[in-house]
Amino acid sequence: MTRAITPDDLDAVPEISRLATGERGGLPGVRSEADAPVSPDELRDDQVDGPELTARLAKTWGTDKGIIGALSTVDHKVIGRRFIATAILFLFLGGLSAVLMRLQLALPENRLMGPDFYNQLFTMHGITMMFLFGVPIGEAFAVYLVPLMVGTRNIAFPRLNAYAYYVYLFGGLMVWLAFILNIGPDVGWFAYVPLSGPEFSPGKRADFWAQMITFTEVSGIAVAISVIVTVFKFRAPGMTLDRIPLFVWAELVNSFVIIFALPAVVTASATLMMDRLVGTHFYNAAEGGDALLYQHLFWFFGHPEVYIIFLPATGWVSAIVVTFSRRQAFGYIALVLSLIATGFLSFGLWVHHMFTTGLPQLGASFFTASSMLIAIPNGIQIFCWIATLWDGRPVFRAPLLFVMGFFFIFVAGGLSGIMLASVPLDTQVHDTFFVVAHFHYVLIGGNVFPLIGAVYYWFPKFTGRMMSERLGKWHFWLAFIGFNATFFPMHILGLMGMPRRVYTYLPEMGWGHLNLFASLGASLFFASFVLFLYNIVSSARRGPVAGPNPWDAGTLEWAAASPPRPQNFDRIPVVTNREPLWANRDSLPVVAGLSVENREQLVTTVTDGRADLRETTPEPSIWPFLAAIATAILFVGSMFTPWALVWGSVPLALALMGWFWPKPNTEDEK
Amino acid sequence: MRRAAPFLLLAVLPLAGCQGWQSALDAQGPAARTLADMFWIFLAVLGAVWGLTMIALLLSLRRRRPADADPLATNPETERRMIVTTSIAVGLTLVTVIALTGLSYAAQKVLFARKDGALTLLVTGEQWWWKITYEDSQPNRVFTTANEIHIPVGEPVLIKLEASDVIHAFWVPSLTGKMDLIPGRQNQIQIQADRPGLYRGQCAEFCGLQHAHMGLFVIAETKEEFERWRDRQVSSATPPSDSHRQRGMEIFLSKPCVMCHQVRGTDAGGKVAPDLTHVGSRRTIAAGTLETTRGNLAAWILDPHGIKPGVNMPAVKLEPDEVQPLADYLEGLK
Repeated sequence: MTRAITPDDLDAVPEISRLATGERGGLPGVRSEADAPVSPDELRDDQVDGPELTARLAKTWGTDKGIIGALSTVDHKVIGRRFIATAILFLFLGGLSAVLMRLQLALPENRLMGPDFYNQLFTMHGITMMFLFGVPIGEAFAVYLVPLMVGTRNIAFPRLNAYAYYVYLFGGLMVWLAFILNIGPDVGWFAYVPLSGPEFSPGKRADFWAQMITFTEVSGIAVAISVIVTVFKFRAPGMTLDRIPLFVWAELVNSFVIIFALPAVVTASATLMMDRLVGTHFYNAAEGGDALLYQHLFWFFGHPEVYIIFLPATGWVSAIVVTFSRRQAFGYIALVLSLIATGFLSFGLWVHHMFTTGLPQLGASFFTASSMLIAIPNGIQIFCWIATLWDGRPVFRAPLLFVMGFFFIFVAGGLSGIMLASVPLDTQVHDTFFVVAHFHYVLIGGNVFPLIGAVYYWFPKFTGRMMSERLGKWHFWLAFIGFNATFFPMHILGLMGMPRRVYTYLPEMGWGHLNLFASLGASLFFASFVLFLYNIVSSARRGPVAGPNPWDAGTLEWAAASPPRPQNFDRIPVVTNREPLWANRDSLPVVAGLSVENREQLVTTVTDGRADLRETTPEPSIWPFLAAIATAILFVGSMFTPWALVWGSVPLALALMGWFWPKPNTEDEK
Repeated sequence: MRRAAPFLLLAVLPLAGCQGWQSALDAQGPAARTLADMFWIFLAVLGAVWGLTMIALLLSLRRRRPADADPLATNPETERRMIVTTSIAVGLTLVTVIALTGLSYAAQKVLFARKDGALTLLVTGEQWWWKITYEDSQPNRVFTTANEIHIPVGEPVLIKLEASDVIHAFWVPSLTGKMDLIPGRQNQIQIQADRPGLYRGQCAEFCGLQHAHMGLFVIAETKEEFERWRDRQVSSATPPSDSHRQRGMEIFLSKPCVMCHQVRGTDAGGKVAPDLTHVGSRRTIAAGTLETTRGNLAAWILDPHGIKPGVNMPAVKLEPDEVQPLADYLEGLK
């Protein structure tokens, strides 16, 4: 079946015809598995068509009924849906804790709650928003959307992906359970030593913080690996590097940042656990340990973390801007390079969180320069989006409104970040409400507004129904006004000397009016989320039916049904343009030849996206769920005794053995 | 206050209210003034950048494409113009960033330049109060006080910063920016006040339950007043003259107070809590939380956890008739 194919042939012959005629070529002249003769008695997708093909594929790729089936699923859409719902649930929990904090701060010397509860509240707010919402929400959207957008049937390593979700869920539940039992962490989301060390945080509160980190990091890295491999190897044929949707690029860069950043915080939290549990002295200054080492480790992760939260949002913004300005992205290459530059630069900024620790001045001023430099790639992105809108025909639907909110708020937050990047200015505003205002402008402006836009945008794809546009507009204005009323006054409070993380303040400080104003703003902002929830619930039941492509968007996820069938696509699309649905308005070219009876995916080459292999991907399995339970037992147990690492590894090893037990697939049997 | 561009008025108006005893914009010393000036320059430049970006965004919303245009179609001429425009915008961003970096660097050099001053203090952060030691070449003129720093006007004062438990941050916004106090390390900061006055500061690094109530005062006074104050602080406590206060002293010395507190000139020699030798002369107790009055002293002794929940000071069991003499005694320690 093989013949030497010259590069000319490859460009001339559309892959579709080569695959359909049985000529599956990887690299020219190289025999690959895809060239192996197909088993004659196995049904392939060029042998059936229409509803029969759809039904058969849905059966092959479907999720079994019942609780075991639900827990065994490896469908990226099911896991992705759970991931998104869980992350948004944590967003609401984090928001509730913020509302309680604003109630306490509304009045000076308020006796609503004491410092113990308040400290737990702001810690829970911080870790929920950063670790249980901020990181997972970007990955959750990747889990759902990346396989659809690159035109494949499932995410790479789907069992690992399912495992990652359960580990994340258990970690989040553990720390919130601890909070409900009044033993929640109370050391702030970055848990500086020595305050979080054994001497000043007796009990298990700081351990819940440290172990929650371990849970979310294991989960985060696992998803990142799945996303990277999906983007590199499972893209539809023809999706060369410069045809990858901007959202997918953002998630790809994000995944790399996750893989390189998270180990630093695992090191920090693990050494902290060792100090607390087995009496090591990593951070005990009296025994030669160093409190600043912890800060370096934490912020080496902590600053990229900000970009882990922001990068997926750039993907949402890109997708929404392109669709609603009715024009392909201006400066695609510049946008992609900016993403990559942001990813790299994010690792060179961490010391700007430590400008007041007395580091050498020359070193500190280096980090001023590098922190300001990141304004360049971010500026490029902003300018390219504005240019896309400029030459487009903007359609003002709810998603675009929220992106407008993003521009207004995020640019302001980015610019106040320039102030924080300056060593001298930072000595005044560091650790004050100015910083609180700044990072809420950056994170809510840079992540939550685009996220809400993304929910409005992809909700029809997730559920098959449109969200209410009228409620969406109300929601936007309520959120926009509420947000600014809450956080703008905080800039001024910080300049007036209000430090962050204070549970109360004296009446004579003169901060009362602005705090009351901010608290009233917070109630508006919270009301906007209640409206959001109502819109989600009511639209999911009664919203107008959406159809596959309600926005007339250009990327591949809109070629799938709404909601997508288990197999995503009946036949794998062939990509000839960055916006395939705009380039092929009549019918999308597809490849055929994949098995209908087995979970077979098309593996393509990394750069050119040429069809290379047919690969069977794992069947549903309960073992990832059981492995996640065993992992949770090990992690929770090791907060109490180091021996949990020993006995806890036994059930985990058993679960992993079950997971990886060799099971010949039907294709191999044939 | 500096002039700001008109479109910043909205943002700046509320800032006009930033006169306060703990405001970074109410600069009362050379360092804070440099920083406040820098803040206004940054605000003007960055505000202009924000304003221009928003104007560009608003203008971009005009519908320039015909309704039925192919979203993939681009006009080479438009494309070229947009490339030029965005490149210029990126170039201007780069210039702005470089200029602000240069400005920041220059201000940093000024801010961290150490001037020679006669006075050196050691401030130790404790949960949740400030231990303040005035250093001197003569050992008998070294003394320790708490939560209140007196400095002579117009002189640079060097402050060494240490922490005995967790990380704190020393911050008196109207004099200068903040600096952390880190266990196992020593940092330094320099303060200078232009005119006599009372400047409030507060711990800025989260340090546990009572982080919110860890205030301190810097009192700048004339050289003569300062020297008088220092001479008084160096001396031991004067034994009370009236019997009521003498009884208070006996109560103080017979209770657990002495385990932690020191009153120089008596047998009370504890060092883990604020030195009380001249507590009556300080404006506040409990680290800037309560004004020093007899009533507040009594309330604090009877119920420290009601006022600062989680504070390390235990409630001392006192008979009802012991409270007043004790408070009177402490209040009289001028």
